[in-house]
Amino acid sequence: MEVVLITLLNGLVYGMLLFMLASGLTLIFSMMGVLNFAHASIYMIGAYLAYTVSKFVGFFPALIIAPILCGLIGAAIEVWGLRRVHHNGHIAELLFTFGLVFIVQRGVQMVWGMLPMAYRVPPSLDFPLFTLYGGNFPAYRGFMLLVSAAMLLGTWVLLKKTRIGLIIQAALTHPQMVSALGHNVPRVFTIVFAGGCLLAGLAGVIGGNYQTTEPGMADAMGPIVFVVVVFGGLGSLSGCFIASIVMGLIQTIAVVVNYSLNDLIRPLGFTISGDNLLAEILTVPVARIGALLPFAMMILILLFRPRGLLGTRDT
Amino acid sequence: MKALRLVCYAVVLTGLLISGRPSFAEDTIKIAYTDPFSGPFASGGDEFLKVFQFIFARKNAAGGVLGKKLELVPFDDKLQPAEALIALKNVTDQNIPFLMHCTGSNVGAALIDGVSKHNARNPDNRVIYLNCGALATELTNEQCDFWHFRFSGSVEMRAAARIKALPADVKKVYLLNQDYLFGQSIQKDSKKWLQQMRPDIQIVGDELMPFGKVQDFSSYVEKIRASGAQSVVTGNYNRDLNLLIKAAVDAGLNVRFDAFLAHLIGGPTAIGAAGEGRLTSIMEFNPNAAAEANATEALKVALDWRKDHETDFTASPFVTMIDMLTAAIEKAGGTDPMKVALALEGAQTKDLMGQVNTMRKDDHQLLMPFYAGVFTKDVKYDSEHTGLGWKSYMTATAQDLTLPTTCKMKRPD
Repeated sequence: MEVVLITLLNGLVYGMLLFMLASGLTLIFSMMGVLNFAHASIYMIGAYLAYTVSKFVGFFPALIIAPILCGLIGAAIEVWGLRRVHHNGHIAELLFTFGLVFIVQRGVQMVWGMLPMAYRVPPSLDFPLFTLYGGNFPAYRGFMLLVSAAMLLGTWVLLKKTRIGLIIQAALTHPQMVSALGHNVPRVFTIVFAGGCLLAGLAGVIGGNYQTTEPGMADAMGPIVFVVVVFGGLGSLSGCFIASIVMGLIQTIAVVVNYSLNDLIRPLGFTISGDNLLAEILTVPVARIGALLPFAMMILILLFRPRGLLGTRDT
Repeated sequence: MKALRLVCYAVVLTGLLISGRPSFAEDTIKIAYTDPFSGPFASGGDEFLKVFQFIFARKNAAGGVLGKKLELVPFDDKLQPAEALIALKNVTDQNIPFLMHCTGSNVGAALIDGVSKHNARNPDNRVIYLNCGALATELTNEQCDFWHFRFSGSVEMRAAARIKALPADVKKVYLLNQDYLFGQSIQKDSKKWLQQMRPDIQIVGDELMPFGKVQDFSSYVEKIRASGAQSVVTGNYNRDLNLLIKAAVDAGLNVRFDAFLAHLIGGPTAIGAAGEGRLTSIMEFNPNAAAEANATEALKVALDWRKDHETDFTASPFVTMIDMLTAAIEKAGGTDPMKVALALEGAQTKDLMGQVNTMRKDDHQLLMPFYAGVFTKDVKYDSEHTGLGWKSYMTATAQDLTLPTTCKMKRPD
C-alpha cells in the first residue's frame, strides 16, 4: 500500500514534467502545424542556461531568465529559419527542425563540454516536505508540481480568456481573415513558437536538476515527449495533459509490478517453462519492460484511434 | 569570377601542401585507436583520447621507443561494430600494426573476429588488437584469440574485487543492473562470487532495468526500501547510476551503493555530495591510493594530468599497456606484429603503483590489481573538483584476481 501511494505521487511529478515539455510542443503544432523535432533540444538548452545563469544570480532569477532566453532563441529560430522554409511545405519544416537537433547537440557539447554539469537543487528547496511510511517526499518535487500547475493555469487563461489568446486561436483557423482585420499573422506565429520554446525552457530549468544536465538529456526525453503528444492527440492541450499524467504514472508504476504474462495465464491452467523464445517472452516481468510500455500504447492508439485521445483531426 | 577561381586554386594548393607534409616527417611508430568520438558515448571516447595523447607525450618525452616517437592515429567507431571494422580496414590499409580500442564488448567481439580473419589472410600485414576496456569475460574465454590482448580487468575479475570489498556487516544486498550484455554479466558474476565468498549475504532483490531509458528512479528506490537491503550492488554507470543515487537521497533512503563504475568520467560531478560516505567503486587507480602508497611516479602523473584537466587520471592500465607494448617492441627489435605478440605473452611490467602486472599467456588477459574506493570528503585529492574524492579502503591484488580461464587458444604456426 505504502509503495503504491508514494509511487502515485512520484508518477504525478514525472507526468507533470512531461506535460510541461509536451504542452509547448502540442501548442506549436496546433497553431502552426509544425512538428518541432528540436523541442527536447530547447529543453536541454533551458537546463544548461539555467545552470549557467544560476551560478551568477541564483536559482530563482534563473527560473525566470533562462526560459525567457529560450523564448528568444525560439523567436530567432522562427523568424530566420522556419519562416523561410515554411513555404516549401511541412516536410521542409520537419527536416529543418530535425537538423536543428544535431546542431544544438553538438553546439551544447562545444560550449559546455561533454560532461554532466553540477546543476543542483537550490538549498532552500532541498529538504523533505513530508514523510510518508518512512520515505521522504522532497520539497523540490512539490515545487515542480506547483510550477507546472501554475504554468498549466497560465497557459489556459492566456489562450482562453485574453484578447491575445483570441487572436492566436483565430489565426490558427482563419489566417487570411485575421490578416485582413489588420493583425500581423507572422508575428502571431513567432509569438506562439517563442512561447512553446519558453515552456520547454521552463521544463529544462526545473528538470535539469531533477535529472542530470548532460548532452544526452535531449535524446533521453525526446521520444517520450512525442509519444505523449501523439497519444493525447496532436494539438490538444487537455489531451496532452491527460496523456502526460497517464505516461508518468505508467512508467513509475510498471517498475513495481513484478508480474509477467505468465502469471496472467497461470489461473487458466497453462504453465510454460523451459528455455525457449515463448517462455522468455511470457516470463519477462513488467518491471523489466516498463520503459517500453508508452511506445506500445502509442502504437495501439495509432492503430485504433489515430487522432489520439482528444485530438480533433486525423493526421 | 576569375579572381575567385584563383583564390580557390590557391586554397586547394595550400591544403595539398599542408596535408602532404607528414610524409616527409620523421619516421614514427603509429598506433591506431578507435572508440566513439561522436554520438551519446562520445564523452568517454573523447576523454580516453586525451589520456592517450597525454601518455604518448610522456612516453615520447622519455625518448620514445627504438629512437622513434609514438604517433596516435584515432578513428571514430560511433560505438558500432560495423564502423569499427571500417576503422580496422583503414588501419590495415595504412599498414599500422597496432589497434587500440576501449569501449564496448560488442565492438570488441567484432574486432577480435575481424583481426583474426584479416591476420590469417594477410600474413604480411598483421595487426595486434590491444583491448583497453571491452570487459565481457567471454572475450578472453570462449572467444579468446592470439591477436587479442586485454589490458583491463574482465567483468569476472571486477566482480570478484567488488564482492571482496563488501564490508563484513553487510548482510542483505540488492542487485540492480542494466538489461544488456554488460549488466547481465555483472549480475551473473556478482551472484557467483557472493555465493562463493560471502555465503552469509542474502540477496533480497535481483533486478534488471532498461538501459538508459528510465527517467524516474523513485519507484526503484521504494522497491529497495521495501526489500530491507543494506547495500545496492550495481553495475550501472553514467545516467543510470546518477539518477538512482539522486532519487535515493531525495527519498531519504539510507543504503550503501556498491558500484563498479561510479568513478567513470563525469560520475563524481553528477553525483556530488549525494554519494558521500555511501558510494563505493572498483577502480584501477586513484591519486589518493598513490599518495598513501608513496608511489611518487604515479602521483606525479596524476598531478601533471590534474594541472591541465578538469577530470581525474584513473587510467593507469593505459600506461601499463603502452609500457608493455613499447617493452615488447624493444624486445622484438621492431614492430613486426608476430614478434611483438610473442614478446607480449607472459610479459611483466610494474604499473604506476609499483605492482607487477602480468600478461597471461593462456588467454592474453592482464592480471592486475583493483582498488576499492569510497567517495568521501576525507581525502587529499578530490575528484573533478567536487570537494569529494576516492579514498581506497581495500586492494584486490593481481594474485587475488588470477582466475581460471577456459580459453583454448589457436596459435599461428
